[in-house]
Amino acid sequence: MRHRMFRTALAALAAGAVLGNSAALATSSQKGKAAFMKYGCWQCHGTQGQGSVATSNGKVLAPDPLPYESFSAFVRSTNGAMPPYSEQVLPNDDLADIHAYLSSIPKPNDHTSIPLLSQ
Amino acid sequence: MTRKNLGPSVDRRKFLKGVAVAGAAGTVSPQIASATILAGAAPAHLPSSLPPTAQTIAAETGTPQAEVSRIGGVAGSDFMVDVIKTFDIKYLPANCASSYRGIHESLINYGGNKNPEFLTCTHEESAIGMAHGYFKVTGKPLMSLCHGTVGLQHATMGIYNAWCDRVPVIVMGGNDLDAAHRPPGVPTFHSAQDINALVRDFTKWDDTPVSLQHFAQSFVRAYKIAMTPPYGPVMISLDAGLQQEPIHNSGEKLYVPRYTPTSPPQGDTGAVKEAARLLANAQNPVIVVDRAARTEDGVGLLVQLAEALQARVVDMGGRMNFPKTHHLGAPLTAVNNADVIIGMELSDFWGVVNSYVDNGEHGIGINRFKIKPDTKLISISSVELNTKANYQDFQRFQSVDVSMAADAEATLPALIEAVKSAIPNDRKVAIERRGEAAKKARAEGRARTLQLAALAWDASPISTARLVMETWGQIKDLDWSLVSSSGNVSNWPNRLWPIEKYHHWLGGSGGYGVGYGAPASVGAALANRDLGRFSVSIQSDGDLMYAPGVLWTAAKHKIPLLAVMHNNRGYHQELMHVQRLSSFRNRVANLGDDMGPIGTSIMNPDIEYHKFAESMGWWATGPIKDPAELGPAIKEAVAVVKSGQPALVNVWTQPR
Repeated sequence: MRHRMFRTALAALAAGAVLGNSAALATSSQKGKAAFMKYGCWQCHGTQGQGSVATSNGKVLAPDPLPYESFSAFVRSTNGAMPPYSEQVLPNDDLADIHAYLSSIPKPNDHTSIPLLSQ
Repeated sequence: MTRKNLGPSVDRRKFLKGVAVAGAAGTVSPQIASATILAGAAPAHLPSSLPPTAQTIAAETGTPQAEVSRIGGVAGSDFMVDVIKTFDIKYLPANCASSYRGIHESLINYGGNKNPEFLTCTHEESAIGMAHGYFKVTGKPLMSLCHGTVGLQHATMGIYNAWCDRVPVIVMGGNDLDAAHRPPGVPTFHSAQDINALVRDFTKWDDTPVSLQHFAQSFVRAYKIAMTPPYGPVMISLDAGLQQEPIHNSGEKLYVPRYTPTSPPQGDTGAVKEAARLLANAQNPVIVVDRAARTEDGVGLLVQLAEALQARVVDMGGRMNFPKTHHLGAPLTAVNNADVIIGMELSDFWGVVNSYVDNGEHGIGINRFKIKPDTKLISISSVELNTKANYQDFQRFQSVDVSMAADAEATLPALIEAVKSAIPNDRKVAIERRGEAAKKARAEGRARTLQLAALAWDASPISTARLVMETWGQIKDLDWSLVSSSGNVSNWPNRLWPIEKYHHWLGGSGGYGVGYGAPASVGAALANRDLGRFSVSIQSDGDLMYAPGVLWTAAKHKIPLLAVMHNNRGYHQELMHVQRLSSFRNRVANLGDDMGPIGTSIMNPDIEYHKFAESMGWWATGPIKDPAELGPAIKEAVAVVKSGQPALVNVWTQPR
């Protein structure tokens, strides 16, 4: 439990920190990205958690993911279209890393600053 | 069955005998030897090492002294071409086959290879897919020929897609019915009593003509049935004997029946009035359309109906039904608060008003009713006139309050007038306010959609939103047509492009048979080429790999098409299914060496689509992985396509 709290704190820190400021944090985000790919999260949510109307019902994971406790509770017990991931399948450490990765993804530019989207 | 009353002149069997006699002097094949014996001639036992005789040398090197005419009159397949030419069928995409050699020869020689022009295809599924795409641009059907057994087996998925997508294609399969006379060997293996049985469950009609006059009636009837809404493919089994034998003079002159198009079925007057009453008095009516518009006129009619009611329109995308720029366009969530919903040519009315969640509960999943319980439902669907007991392309049964077995586009004029008459004066202000609210909702939705497109804008692999918008940036000033969007790019074209004209969006495969995108794109691009339009497709990797030979057909026949690849290197739908099942069963999905569960990825090695497109005559580039390089690559490809060549840009993309 302590370990989990530590991870949660790391993830919370990552949400406000820029990737690379801390070696430990950077490692966590990098491991999180690898875990995000390994456990198939990218399949429905895209490699940057951008989501899709076709696969995640438009749900966007990043930037600004849910707080870790809510995030973890959802992943473990969802009864919707997304299958639940038990700890047996996705260990707590990896889940916390995934949250850290999502928290590290920067906000996108406003669409008006992108010429092709400034319509 | 059809080989009867053979005249005394040279017939097809004697033709074979002649071939056998000529050939026997050179090399003796088992078939020819058999034919010789059957014809009653003495078997020739000539060792192949003997030098050619003087007769053989003369036959092979001398000048014929008299005109050779082994057919013994006018070929039956010439008359078939006469019949076909009474229709404006411009092209005939097909993969060649011996069982239709008679009509093949007549089409290209007697018929001059015009109306229809033979297009060389490398797979029958490609040929049908091309006809499918062509129709959705022009509204005119194409015909295709195939070998009656193995060729038709190749063609079946394409025919199934056309059936589900309400697209007419006239398919003719060669078959040699007369077991006593057909050539032995492969032609006999490839003959069957009833080749049409293979596709009977997903064609509107089929026939096996046993005489030339019967063929004339069958072809005209087939065309008429295929072209009566709901449209659909038809099948004719074409006997090889009938094609090859001369026209016999039985005293009855052959003729081509006159074709008169059948007017499409309209909704019953009483049902139309009741539907209008419900819509006119509704607080929040919603129109849901799938294949409602068959033409540009249909789009205009839907706009009239929507504006008369200021009702929001949900376009399910089977066709371009409603302009995406119109303020009344709405997402599917608009049905949630509707009190009246009218569905037009919906394949899945149940799915419009219910939701299904595949969460594995009890191994089935859960269903939810997503509209208000007292919402009135109206259906106009021509498909109710054309169902089959085995294959089905409808969904779960949905009870409705008013049901019209009718063509939506044909019914719209009467419905619009009935609605205008039924709107009470005291509803007009409320209807106007409804329109203002729709404008506001659309503007807010548009801003949200654009911001969602900005997510992962600089990601690699490239986001599907960026793929779609970089493409748009290079074609927006042209008279463009998005001929296919295979795979799944999160519906970005429909969410972001100003799709306003019927040819801007052609819909999908209909039957979800993967492999439709590439051939349908080429067929639609052919139609657009003749109309002076620019064709662009979003081409997925899995779709292209089913029958990539259609790329060669495009190059061969100089069909300009820009194919921008959505190459996510996997069968993504299935990839997610296996992942989902693994999680439901509390197991870690086995990825092997790939990114997706074993059996669902198309990587290791990665396919270099640009290289194989190049090898088949396309201009091609890739793989593009850096989003900054995408726009310039597409710009270069557009210039190539404008010069008349097909071009492919291989892009590594996000999954969806």
